[in-house]
Amino acid sequence: MSAVPLPQPTVPGFTAERFAAHLASRHAQPAWWLGAKQAAWNQYKALPLPVRTDERWRFSNITGMALDGFELPSEPAAAIPHLPDFPHAAELTFSNCQIVDRAKTILSAELSAKGVIFAPLDEALRDHGDLVRQYFQKYPVALGSDKFVALNHALASTGALLYVPSGVEIALPFVVQHTLSGDHKATFPHTLVVLEDQAKATLVEFFVSVEAGSAHFASGVNDLHAGAGSHLTYVGVQNWSDATQAFQSNSIAVGRDARVLSLNLHLGGRQARHESHSRLLAPGAHSEMLALTVAHGAQEFDQRTLQSHNAPHTSSNLLYLNVLLDQARTIFSGLIVVDPDAQQTDAYQSNRNLMLSDEAEASSLPGLEIQANDVRCTHGSTTSRIDPEQQFYLESRGITPALAHELLVFGFFERVLEKLTDDNLHEALRTFIQAKFKKL
Amino acid sequence: MNQLIIKDLNVSIGEKAIVKGFNLTLNSGEVHAIMGPNGTGKSTLAKAVAGHPDYTITGGDVLLDGRSILAMQPDERARAGLFLAFQYPSEIPGVTIANFLRAAVQARLTEGEELNATAYYKRLYTKMDLLKIDRKFTSRAVNDGFSGGEKKRCEILQMAMLEPKFALMDETDSGLDIDALRIVAEGVNAMRNSALGILMITHYQRLLDYIVPDFVHVMYDGHIVRSGDKSLALELEAKGYDWLKKELAHA
Repeated sequence: MSAVPLPQPTVPGFTAERFAAHLASRHAQPAWWLGAKQAAWNQYKALPLPVRTDERWRFSNITGMALDGFELPSEPAAAIPHLPDFPHAAELTFSNCQIVDRAKTILSAELSAKGVIFAPLDEALRDHGDLVRQYFQKYPVALGSDKFVALNHALASTGALLYVPSGVEIALPFVVQHTLSGDHKATFPHTLVVLEDQAKATLVEFFVSVEAGSAHFASGVNDLHAGAGSHLTYVGVQNWSDATQAFQSNSIAVGRDARVLSLNLHLGGRQARHESHSRLLAPGAHSEMLALTVAHGAQEFDQRTLQSHNAPHTSSNLLYLNVLLDQARTIFSGLIVVDPDAQQTDAYQSNRNLMLSDEAEASSLPGLEIQANDVRCTHGSTTSRIDPEQQFYLESRGITPALAHELLVFGFFERVLEKLTDDNLHEALRTFIQAKFKKL
Repeated sequence: MNQLIIKDLNVSIGEKAIVKGFNLTLNSGEVHAIMGPNGTGKSTLAKAVAGHPDYTITGGDVLLDGRSILAMQPDERARAGLFLAFQYPSEIPGVTIANFLRAAVQARLTEGEELNATAYYKRLYTKMDLLKIDRKFTSRAVNDGFSGGEKKRCEILQMAMLEPKFALMDETDSGLDIDALRIVAEGVNAMRNSALGILMITHYQRLLDYIVPDFVHVMYDGHIVRSGDKSLALELEAKGYDWLKKELAHA
């Protein structure tokens, strides 16, 4: 496969005039919010583009980064892609940064009565401003995407707030969909999830381009907050077009005895950077950080992670699995940091790459910074190829070489997929992965 | 009736010739046993016929119902009706037996034809019961952590589900204790019918007590040196392979 050509600028991109127009369109929003947006814009303008000499951007293809030429869409698209359907509590669908299908967002009377909030960002600012203010970007960005996170905040208009009060457990997942249509469109999704103590919920987020060939720009941010004893499952499915420049910065704050499982599936994008930072804030906190990537053509997936153990008796488990085809590139850089008083930390970090092509390139930079003396931390990375004996075994049963590859890839991914206890979600992810293989 | 003809077959691994002028005709309904000392090319023959990419066919032909299969890929040969029961089946972590077998069954359907899942599972469970395989096995990964006996039963299960025209069974008895051997043999015997031809490769005569062959061939130095009925196997058992080597040296 040849490299997808760089998008040709047709509009000047993220200029001061466009920001001013965006800010003006938000005039009814709280002053603190507008002030923060202005500050974020100033920060975006002040910060330079990343450089490869910055360890946090090592191996990234920075010269290929294209920010010019994109604009915020003004109209929702005529068509909204049909996403795999599974039983869910409620959904928020954004088409070209506009909320559509509003009826699907309405919570059941039971959930409303319990005080659950699930609302688009604009409405959350209007109706629950204090809540947003308390949690929105509560923690600083540590993994290098400050400039793109600032741009997200400056231009964020779409996004979601999920708030689950103490002790409320919701079995069915909440779904947020971000879809972009038309060439050179941009989106800045911001998802805020707050689980109070002992709450339990799942949020599934889709990032999807309607047309496979359109160039899109996305810079998304997630703030996940898990209160004491809560259980949060977050699943992100990134299926932007192969001409998309994507940034995503996720912050996961885990309270006492809380458990967070985050699983990100990366399929689309010309160049997709994903940062994920877990903060284990109090004893008993656990973060399960999982990712699956299928990289093909000239795609670059750049994944940076940080497991910050800020308190004793905390644990984290990271497993990032990449499958590489063609001339694709993946970068994994992960760091476990254990604070001096975070004794009894149990942290694990593993990046595994399965190469289906001799021309693909996987870079892996695992790291540890341990300042406590009574901890268990392990990390490692492996790069392997399909075992030709396994391949022959499958083919000797009449399975085509392409399907044999697919089966072996699913076998490789199973270590992550099996951690999703919800069968419907499991199936939805399989469907997305299968669709990508059908396309190849 | 179907026919598998192996004609003057020569097979090399790298530069080394392993199978040298091998000839055999196998008809549906027949069970042929190939015996011979280690390193004589029995497994190479089976894998080469199945299309293993490490083996180079340097001469001769393999005809399935008159058509050469040598230009066919391993998956095409399988769909044409060949089945190789491996001596050392691969472990495939993360792929369940149910998904694996479903993919193999589905591969045999014509374009657009849908697999009848209910019928598939019904058939699968029937075969599993026959082979005394616990139904929980379907959700286990293929051969992953299986005992030797479980692996071989899993091979026979696949054979039962895929209903080949010809099965090449490579050392199916190796690694089996007597109880497992009996179960595997019962499974194979239950499958014996006029539509299936079996080529059974074995080092020991023991297997032939349980699966009684119609023909026995002795393979040595890459080709068949003697053919007969079951009594040939008994003679070999009694006299050992050294007897044969000496006889061949005199000849």
